[in-house]
Amino acid sequence: MISRQVSERIAFGVISLTAVLVILPIVGIIAYIVVEGAGAISWSFLSEMPRDGMKAGGLLPAIIGTLALTVGTAIVAVPIGLGAAIYLSEYSKDNATTRAIRIAIINLAGIPSVVYGLFGLGLFVIFLNFGTSIVAGSLTLGIMTLPVIISTAEEALRAVPQSFRLVSTSLGGTRLQTIRRVVLPQALPGIITGIILGIERAAGETAPILFTAAAFFLPKLPSSIFDQTMALPYHLFVISTQVPGMPLQIQYGTAMVLLTFVLSLNLIATLIRRYYRQKRVW
Amino acid sequence: MTTPDGASDVKIHVQDLAVAYSDGTESLQGITMDIYAHQINVLFGPSGGGKSTMLRTLNRLNDQADVAAQSGQILLDGENILARDYDVTQLRRRLGIVFARPVPLPMSIYENVIYGLRLAGVKDPATLDAAVERALKQAVLWDEIADRLGDNAYALSGGQQQRLCLARSLALQPEVIMLDEPTSGLDPISTFKVERTLQDLKQDYTILIVPHSVQQAARIADWAAFFLQGQLIEWGPGRQVFTAPKNKRTEEYITGRFG
Repeated sequence: MISRQVSERIAFGVISLTAVLVILPIVGIIAYIVVEGAGAISWSFLSEMPRDGMKAGGLLPAIIGTLALTVGTAIVAVPIGLGAAIYLSEYSKDNATTRAIRIAIINLAGIPSVVYGLFGLGLFVIFLNFGTSIVAGSLTLGIMTLPVIISTAEEALRAVPQSFRLVSTSLGGTRLQTIRRVVLPQALPGIITGIILGIERAAGETAPILFTAAAFFLPKLPSSIFDQTMALPYHLFVISTQVPGMPLQIQYGTAMVLLTFVLSLNLIATLIRRYYRQKRVW
Repeated sequence: MTTPDGASDVKIHVQDLAVAYSDGTESLQGITMDIYAHQINVLFGPSGGGKSTMLRTLNRLNDQADVAAQSGQILLDGENILARDYDVTQLRRRLGIVFARPVPLPMSIYENVIYGLRLAGVKDPATLDAAVERALKQAVLWDEIADRLGDNAYALSGGQQQRLCLARSLALQPEVIMLDEPTSGLDPISTFKVERTLQDLKQDYTILIVPHSVQQAARIADWAAFFLQGQLIEWGPGRQVFTAPKNKRTEEYITGRFG
């Protein structure tokens, strides 16, 4: 029979340990990739085209491609996602339509990313005849990002006190004026954070662009949004599995560039959130 | 001026008003009364009696609440404001409201005061400047904050915030000012300032107020209406209601036997 104090201490110890265990993988992953890949990083690695069957040279087309897909994803997902969030938070009542929309969002979030890829192939690449292109990839990634953006934006909108809406209405504000002048500005930091986090996830995805946008190797940069493109996650997949004799350092260097890009977006989102949370008066 | 006489003009006539919320809380039944122009009209009684519902029905803020049933008429200068196609935005500019808890909008003092004017499409800076000065002076706040209009409104004290909210309503130059327990969170000095302000404001506006205590009701009422559980028990000149109430329940309430 152990005393209550001892069991309390054991429980505290175990729970603390699990919390620390959460930190370990992220630190481990980053450390491992930096150790293995830092040697590959140089200006030419970031600014040159790949050479010698991608075994030498740089990542430029993959970096440009990922940037293009990221911007494209935002262009697709932000207007639709924000509009849906505003509808759900500010206009809709709890009825059958709203419930259907919510179920749709939850299910969108649960669809495996490779299924998005197949859907994008069928709809955008083949049926709409966009071909394997930045447009088709952006649309596919955009749809995949919608649930994240809608739910975080709706949460940010709902966090704005109801009393602000009441005051604005009582001063002769229409619903649209109230949203535009009070609700949206107050919710904006939270919305931006959600957008960045959603797009960050899209930027690192491989499966959705596999059939819709990505090219194994291109000798030149894409010149139009209807061109195929290389992209960092797919490039990493290719050089890790499809190219025999690939120097390990280039693989880890590529992983490091992708990780830096994604984590930078994460950092920006965190900073925005912290800055505005300190400034917030309510 | 403080003694209401029979010759006061009726600003709002309420006829057989009934309101019921779908969750069964606070409601109104068969309310018929007048609200007089350039008078302090007081609605008093225990909480849950329907006073706030009354105010929010008058400027149709209740449109967005969960109202299950509503009937009767409210005539503002003879026009039924409950009509389905009535311009509620315009109505709310004519009937300003100040809530119990001051809610400054998250912007500067200056932007708070002109918020309603901006919504109405006023852009001329000189007009807006003049409106800010006039409204803040009417709300007896100008002297305290004239040199820091650009500050965030949340930097003000509670009493100042409440007068800012009053100024924000006044900036629209409404015809009626409705106040829902405007001094409930204020110290006695701030309360005194607000009450004195109301006496000045009634020259230009019709005042409709839910006071936060019977004592305050008795101090300021030109006309008083006693609400109990959704019904209008008694209504008349303040002096008569508080010194010689006609209904037994009114007497019991103002003498503190319940409430």
